[in-house]
Amino acid sequence: MIPALEISQLGKSYDSPQGPAEIVKDFNLKVAEGEFVCIIGHSGCGKSTVLSIAMGLNEASRGGIIIAGREVVGPGLDRGVVFQSSALLPWLSARENILLAIDQVNPRMTLKVRRLLADKFLNAVGLDGAADSYPDEMSAGMRQRVGIARALALEPKVLLLDEPFSLLDVVTRMELQDQLMELCAKEHKTVLMVTHDVDEAILLADRIVMMTNGPAATVGEIVSVPFERPRDRLGIAEDPRYHQVRSQLLGFLEARAHGSATAVPVVASQPAKTAKPKLTSEELFMIEKYTGFNRFRGKFRRQPAPANSPAPLSRAEAKLV
Amino acid sequence: MEKRFDSAAVILPLLGIGLMLFIWTAISLKVAPDLPSPLKTWQESKQYILDPFFKDGEMNQGILRFAFLSLVRVAKGFTLAIAIGTPLGFLLGLSPKFNQGFDPVIQVLRPISPLAWLPLGLVIFKQSEPAALFTIAICAMWPTVINTAMGVRSIGTEYLNVGRVLKLSPMKTLTKIMIPATLPYMFTGYRLSLGMAWLVIVAAEMLTGSPGLGGFLWQEYNSLVYSHILLSVLAIGLIGFALDRLMGVVERRFKTA
Repeated sequence: MIPALEISQLGKSYDSPQGPAEIVKDFNLKVAEGEFVCIIGHSGCGKSTVLSIAMGLNEASRGGIIIAGREVVGPGLDRGVVFQSSALLPWLSARENILLAIDQVNPRMTLKVRRLLADKFLNAVGLDGAADSYPDEMSAGMRQRVGIARALALEPKVLLLDEPFSLLDVVTRMELQDQLMELCAKEHKTVLMVTHDVDEAILLADRIVMMTNGPAATVGEIVSVPFERPRDRLGIAEDPRYHQVRSQLLGFLEARAHGSATAVPVVASQPAKTAKPKLTSEELFMIEKYTGFNRFRGKFRRQPAPANSPAPLSRAEAKLV
Repeated sequence: MEKRFDSAAVILPLLGIGLMLFIWTAISLKVAPDLPSPLKTWQESKQYILDPFFKDGEMNQGILRFAFLSLVRVAKGFTLAIAIGTPLGFLLGLSPKFNQGFDPVIQVLRPISPLAWLPLGLVIFKQSEPAALFTIAICAMWPTVINTAMGVRSIGTEYLNVGRVLKLSPMKTLTKIMIPATLPYMFTGYRLSLGMAWLVIVAAEMLTGSPGLGGFLWQEYNSLVYSHILLSVLAIGLIGFALDRLMGVVERRFKTA
């Protein structure tokens, strides 16, 4: 089967005064249709560079990316893109922001139909009443929902997400993760997402690609996440395999954080030979420092909401309901 | 919250104006006997203020009539200035090469006084009215050019990236992203340009002898009616202030964008 997205021998280098600086080297990855793949790694390791090349916003120095049988030579409407900051145009309302995308793929439809279509995508991300709101009237979570709706509005085969939830507070982030899971289950999209959040990666991804540190960053390890989608965040957290995967990821990141040059052996889809069952407090501190993960999330898990009550809404979003 | 009456906001400006009138009176009494005192100025000018729309010949009209003539001239010159300045600013902001080529030209043209442009305008157009408009436009357009260029350069890459990933046409990128993103800068430029145009009007009317506040001022100087000079000066100041406030309101409307 032809992969929906294939990255082969991808390399990126910039000219610097000290000679060419190699950011990414020999990056290879195949993403099957309908698969959700997360790329994880330390900040500045070049994971966003790989994604921006896939978006067509950056040029590869070597190698290339093939999406649905076509080589990426620039931006394209076959890819839906979500940026870290929602990047909505502040002078356009939520609906107009989405119309910008819809107009590009459906230029022949009447305005009325296009507006209905825009509202449909707003509904899909749970923003029924906010079509006429401007970005500065919305919470960060709502803005990112519109950002996702705009990407979906292209009805792309592939979604490229660049740390889409990293600027949101914990509660909002969980809501949006759930929303994204739901959308992916429904639409069967192929997704490539960059994140630095280990738990987010485990919750969402089928496979997690861990990148080595730059310069010349490349694929370090690929871990398969052994849970069926759609997932339930509390359910998988109870599973012992969750902790195996998690400690494998953290072990990898931690080893990189100490700058060890030794290559970590590639153990794809075979969790945890190196897994440590218990972490010392010092290790925990390092993990928090380098992954952005934390005790707060742990707290959330220990105090789950009663099963019959809905997930908590942030204040701004509660207003919409 | 209840809005309380702020007495200082009224008293302090009144004190400032009072002090100014005092200094004016003192100068007219002690230093320059030819300078009419505030009272004399009022007495000799009240006809122009109390009946602001009378017309008794080209160069003898009520103050608002003169103000209107000047404002029309400024409006024409200002429109010309922003009509040329805005696209020029866009070009400079969009193309570093164009900017490199034209920046020296602009830096040299910018500090040239309206008094220097006007004779040149007369040479080119042979008539006073187009020469006056040319002078206003060429002096007033620089703030618009420079601010627009700066605005274009500071459009967030994230907005431009949105345009790129959505494959917007150049025209759509301009109208949906670049112009809206640059608007606040453009209006700051427009506000400064309008102030500049109003500064230039006096010089332009003085030298061309066109009816208006500046023309009136120059004529009354030649006729030795000094109180009318003060009348014109005050009118010019007040109208300039009002114009700036007006543009300030417009500018703020676009700031939120």
